[in-house]
Amino acid sequence: MATSGMRAVVVGAGPAGMRAAQTLVAAGIRPVVIDEAGRSGGQIYRRPPEGFVRDAETLYGADAAKARDLHAMFDRLRDAIDYRPDTLAWNVAGDMLHVVTDGVADALPFDALILATGATDRLLPIAGWTRPGCYSLGGAQVALKAQGCAIGRRVLFLGTGPLLYLVAHQYRKAGVEVAAVLDTAPFAAQVRALPDLMVRPGFLLRGASFRAGLQAAGVTVANGVVPRAIEGGREVSGLRYRIGDKEHHVAADAVAMGFHLRSETQLADLAGCPFLFDAASGQWRPDADRDGRSPRAGVYLAGDGARVLGADAAEAGGRLAALAALADAGHAVDAGELAALRRRMAMLDRFRRGLATAFPWPADLARSVADDVILCRCENITAGQLRETASAKGAPELNRTKALSRIGMGRCQGRFCGSAAAEILADARGTPLAEVGRLRGQAPVKPLSMATAKGTRP
Amino acid sequence: MKTRADAIVVGGGIMGASAAFFLARAGRSVILLERGLVGQQASGTNFGNVRRQGRYLHQLPLSNRARDIWLRLPELIGEDCEFLPSGHLRVSYTREQADRIAAYAEDARAYGLDLEMLSSNALRARYPYLSADLVAGCLDPTGGHANPRLTAPAFGRAAVRAGVTLYENSEVTHIGKTGEDFVLEVAGRGELRSPVLLVTAGAWGGRLSALFGESVPLATHGPQMAVTEPLPYRIVPTIGVSTPHVYETVYFRQVERGNVILGGSTRGPASNETNRAAVLPDNFLGQLEQLRRVMPGFAAVNVIRVWSGVESYLPDDMPVMGPSATTSGLYYAFGFCGAGFQIGPGVGAVMAELIATGATSTPIEPYSIARFAR
Amino acid sequence: MAEISVSGRLHRVAEGDRAPVSFRLDGREVTALAGDSVLTAALTNGRTLRVSEFGDGDRAGFCMMGACQDCWMWTEGGDRLRACTTPVADGMALSTIPVGEGLWPRPA
Repeated sequence: MATSGMRAVVVGAGPAGMRAAQTLVAAGIRPVVIDEAGRSGGQIYRRPPEGFVRDAETLYGADAAKARDLHAMFDRLRDAIDYRPDTLAWNVAGDMLHVVTDGVADALPFDALILATGATDRLLPIAGWTRPGCYSLGGAQVALKAQGCAIGRRVLFLGTGPLLYLVAHQYRKAGVEVAAVLDTAPFAAQVRALPDLMVRPGFLLRGASFRAGLQAAGVTVANGVVPRAIEGGREVSGLRYRIGDKEHHVAADAVAMGFHLRSETQLADLAGCPFLFDAASGQWRPDADRDGRSPRAGVYLAGDGARVLGADAAEAGGRLAALAALADAGHAVDAGELAALRRRMAMLDRFRRGLATAFPWPADLARSVADDVILCRCENITAGQLRETASAKGAPELNRTKALSRIGMGRCQGRFCGSAAAEILADARGTPLAEVGRLRGQAPVKPLSMATAKGTRP
Repeated sequence: MKTRADAIVVGGGIMGASAAFFLARAGRSVILLERGLVGQQASGTNFGNVRRQGRYLHQLPLSNRARDIWLRLPELIGEDCEFLPSGHLRVSYTREQADRIAAYAEDARAYGLDLEMLSSNALRARYPYLSADLVAGCLDPTGGHANPRLTAPAFGRAAVRAGVTLYENSEVTHIGKTGEDFVLEVAGRGELRSPVLLVTAGAWGGRLSALFGESVPLATHGPQMAVTEPLPYRIVPTIGVSTPHVYETVYFRQVERGNVILGGSTRGPASNETNRAAVLPDNFLGQLEQLRRVMPGFAAVNVIRVWSGVESYLPDDMPVMGPSATTSGLYYAFGFCGAGFQIGPGVGAVMAELIATGATSTPIEPYSIARFAR
Repeated sequence: MAEISVSGRLHRVAEGDRAPVSFRLDGREVTALAGDSVLTAALTNGRTLRVSEFGDGDRAGFCMMGACQDCWMWTEGGDRLRACTTPVADGMALSTIPVGEGLWPRPA
């Protein structure tokens, strides 16, 4: 097969998508790259709008060199690819990716579709989390990195995962008062994870230095936190929490919360990729081999959208997925490069295991959410309504629960309630988490304007 | 485990669940079998139109009977299924179609359906958001809409409370008849027996009728459904375009929570092999065009979800409903051609009456399966 | 007309040296900076973006990356926009409360 005629489409222009595009171009292919953002970079290497002046060191810290390298590489690639910023990939049907740019729809036929759709914060509901002033951790970071803004005057960081310490550190460096950093993971878990985390000593050291720096600045950094309620009236005023048997309170006018990350898998779902239950994270993920090849012919997965492994793994995964697509199209692939990338992925996967041990998803916290707490932010459905649907209406799995209770039926399509809803449903039904299934992806992947016009077909 | 009943109902959509409910109320013991979960297929995925207007005149008695049940849902099954009798408006772009609508309004009066014709000026005055290109409309003030996701499951739960044995996730693998008894082999349930068998299996009904020598030309299609984000509640009636051109036939309704449910235009593919139905992106974009045409204000808002379901159609656009022509004790109610939701509870009541008493006061002769016999 | 002073929810800690952009927020003439998202523009001048449709109060966005959809605002003219992914522009007229009759659905 003549690979130069191969129609390749990459969705996402973060580290995975950018490296996938680069690898395809190197093989003589001109891929289409779909970017929902206006500028490439994805979330981690997000570029502020034109006219912003902070340098890469300020924006990306120790990752500044990687960011500069990626941005420069992608800028050099611009003439060799069909780059489409501000474009929403809203559906996959058959061998067509459906996109909308500036209100005009287009359908892109593909031989290889590389999904590098990234991740968003994984959330669970805490009483009061819909109050203005409460943001996701990733959101707090975007405000600072891409807009030069802090989400409040005195910001509380709550949740678990490496991002918790990184964003708190970035806020402190930017001169914002950090009220506290409250980690739901016990400190013992972080100690237990050390052997796996040691495979990346630099990364480990950096995390430790964030923590030490915050503590040295007098910030309370606590582990084993059980959040009780985000307090306030129309505004956030603070958090009530417990450590062991002891109740605490901390005042803050903003909360940044998140419990590590979840993959954006809607397009993989719409493309017909089968999903596997990953017991370690308690999440479903699209099935793929070690190179990112899904069982669905022509569909490849890369980066945090396939499995949350972080930015460095996303770069390697983007290359691997592109190499897999090339190999499947009959293109000669450098065996040495392939082997090196696979070794790198294996090392990074060990680090992922370490992170999962250090910052476990607090399933018990999700399961014990009080009945009156809003679980689905979009539709204002409480945990109690979900439990009632599970018991009185006999809903055995998530999609049925959605149909009967509207959980996950709102604008965000369950992105922010899905993880906790699964835990609560499994708990209410007394069944293993895997048995309640997952919310099926439905088009459009994001809200689609009804003004959308049919475009011209290629 | 219950293995014998006065009647076995195969298929837990709105037809089967309501028939089981009414049979139990008539004192019959009933087993209701559903391959998946109650109301998961066409009953749960349709538009939710509770309309009499526009139905074949010969179907209006059945539709009227259903309307009485819709109005009594809280009393009968303990919940209203979000039934909102806020009116049903049909509009047309052409004078010819307006004449057809007017003639229908004239004829429907004899069946107790009082429709109000609206001139283009009256439409503009009452519904300023509708296209100025519309030449006429016709309002059924008694029409409205309900939530299809809730309705069949609510009937299913009410049926169970009334004494029906419901087996979900229970696929029928074989049906035979021994003497007076139908003998069903059901995955995970073994052998079930009953002298009466009611097939309410929607798109899968044709496979079962064929076992008794009654093949029907049943086709499957998927409705192209979508829903907007929640918006201030302002669109009161269900509104549909009346036209001979399929691509123009869009309809929409706003629920009190604010979302607008959208449907119509070209149908999509559906399979009774895979149980899946697709919304084709092209159909969806075409549907948006037609929706903007009838209500330009749609251009300002967003769709948040699309879906489809497996619906079954017969070439004469009429269902199969009534007793088998070949086998005593066997009854059918399937193939409702995308128009079964409103009449659903009425179909259940009529089938229960037919089975319990041997006759029904509601005319259903046009829907006999015998019309397909050669 | 005297400007009503409302302290913003977001506050700027960097990148303050950009051209000003004028827009209207709930009828007030206010200023943001070129390169701001609508979310940043609205929340450096106010406290909320929208009202939850289902009676549980005000919202001010959540994920800031176009995923949670909790920052959809109305314009005075009855259009919808996602505040976190839409750049603010001169002359925009934003509203933190739903539009009145006559703007949704807009007269044909």
